[in-house]
Amino acid sequence: MSRDRAARHLPVLFTILVALALTMVPLPRSVEAFRPDWIALTMIFWAFSLPRSYSVGIAWLTGSVLDVAQGTLLGQHALALTVVVFLTVRFHLLMRVFPLIQLSATIFALLALYQFLLFWINGVVDVRSPAVTYWGPVLSGSIVWPLLYNFLTGVRYRVQSNS
Amino acid sequence: MAATRDTSSNPARIPALGFRALALILLSLLLMFLDNRERHVEQLRNMISTAIYPLQLVVDGPSRLFDWTGARLRSHQTLLSENEQLKREQQVIRAMLLTQDALKAENARLREMLDAREQVEDRVRVAEILSVDSNPGRHSLIIDAGFGDGVYEGQAIVDQDGVVGQVIEAGPVTSAALLISDPGHALPVEVNRNGMRTIAYGTGEFGRLDLPGLANNADIREGDLLVTSGLGGAFPSGYPVAVVTSVTRLPQQAFADVTAAPVAALNQVREVMLVWSTPADGAEPRQNGRSGDDDAATRAEMDEDP
Repeated sequence: MSRDRAARHLPVLFTILVALALTMVPLPRSVEAFRPDWIALTMIFWAFSLPRSYSVGIAWLTGSVLDVAQGTLLGQHALALTVVVFLTVRFHLLMRVFPLIQLSATIFALLALYQFLLFWINGVVDVRSPAVTYWGPVLSGSIVWPLLYNFLTGVRYRVQSNS
Repeated sequence: MAATRDTSSNPARIPALGFRALALILLSLLLMFLDNRERHVEQLRNMISTAIYPLQLVVDGPSRLFDWTGARLRSHQTLLSENEQLKREQQVIRAMLLTQDALKAENARLREMLDAREQVEDRVRVAEILSVDSNPGRHSLIIDAGFGDGVYEGQAIVDQDGVVGQVIEAGPVTSAALLISDPGHALPVEVNRNGMRTIAYGTGEFGRLDLPGLANNADIREGDLLVTSGLGGAFPSGYPVAVVTSVTRLPQQAFADVTAAPVAALNQVREVMLVWSTPADGAEPRQNGRSGDDDAATRAEMDEDP
């Protein structure tokens, strides 16, 4: 049984790992500003579809790893991800009955909240960067969300039919 | 929905979700506090970064492969992009060179200060000036050292050329200091040439001190160097203060009209030195029990300075 569970977790963990890699991969500066928050999107998706297995705990862990990978204050991304995933899990039933356009708007709001938390913490510890730069990932994240949603839904069905 | 065995269609709430989220948020705040303040969590950070090092390699892999094939097949495009990258790098390096001059100057100034420190045997610590009082009638400034560093009220502040002022208020991490040019400041000095003692008063101008207490027949002339006499108690003796700029003797007056120009560049200093007098005479009470500090401690403190 536990082996089964481990086997079911593996693809999910793999998608998180890929998201982490996508976050770390070097990009040209012009594109860099519009790099989507792959981690945030992935964590939102899993919290949204399998909230009993993937919620704030894994979000916090992933966020801490992201903090180290990005060299930010330890706990910064962890906190932002925890809050966003908490809201996702809390309202996942509501979000499931949303039509696509409304869901996209919700994702936009969640990503904006995520960036705002990062921005706010940066402000507290005096890491200043123009507020405009925080909008790039929100916009690109909202745009890639439908694609990512379809892709991860495929992964999810595979996960569940295996079990 | 197919196969939602463990998740949805069950409207029951996730148990203890809010509690867990709250606990994790508090944990994050704690971590951030520790990380920001003292870098306490360096080990944890190192552990995680070791764990994700393979991922880092994998991520770098494609770009390395790219570089390799790029070197083999040098197309016009790659040359262009490389050119662009080199230009960008050159810009960055140029920008760094710009600050180089400022750093050089700063280094020279610090070195000069260190020389001064070695000439006098007092314990000193370099402090940076955080802000200057904008009120023109008051010549005071804030420095980045407080009683946590052993600073005490009345402590002397000098720069590489001479006396700057004294501490009037020691806070926990910052202190307020009064310049010798402040109208309310008086400093016991002596003429270096003959040891004659007098008092130099601030005038509210950076470039002028008054010495009103000298008799008409006093042996003082233009160009005389005034040094601290150490008699006021606050200042250690022997630090240069000012050079006499004019001596006007009017026969009908009892006192000569003497002015002097401070040798320290009072309105240009960026770093100053706090001086702890040597307790050789036993008269100087040490604050914070920091007595008998050796030179190494001084050096260590100066290294910590940003």
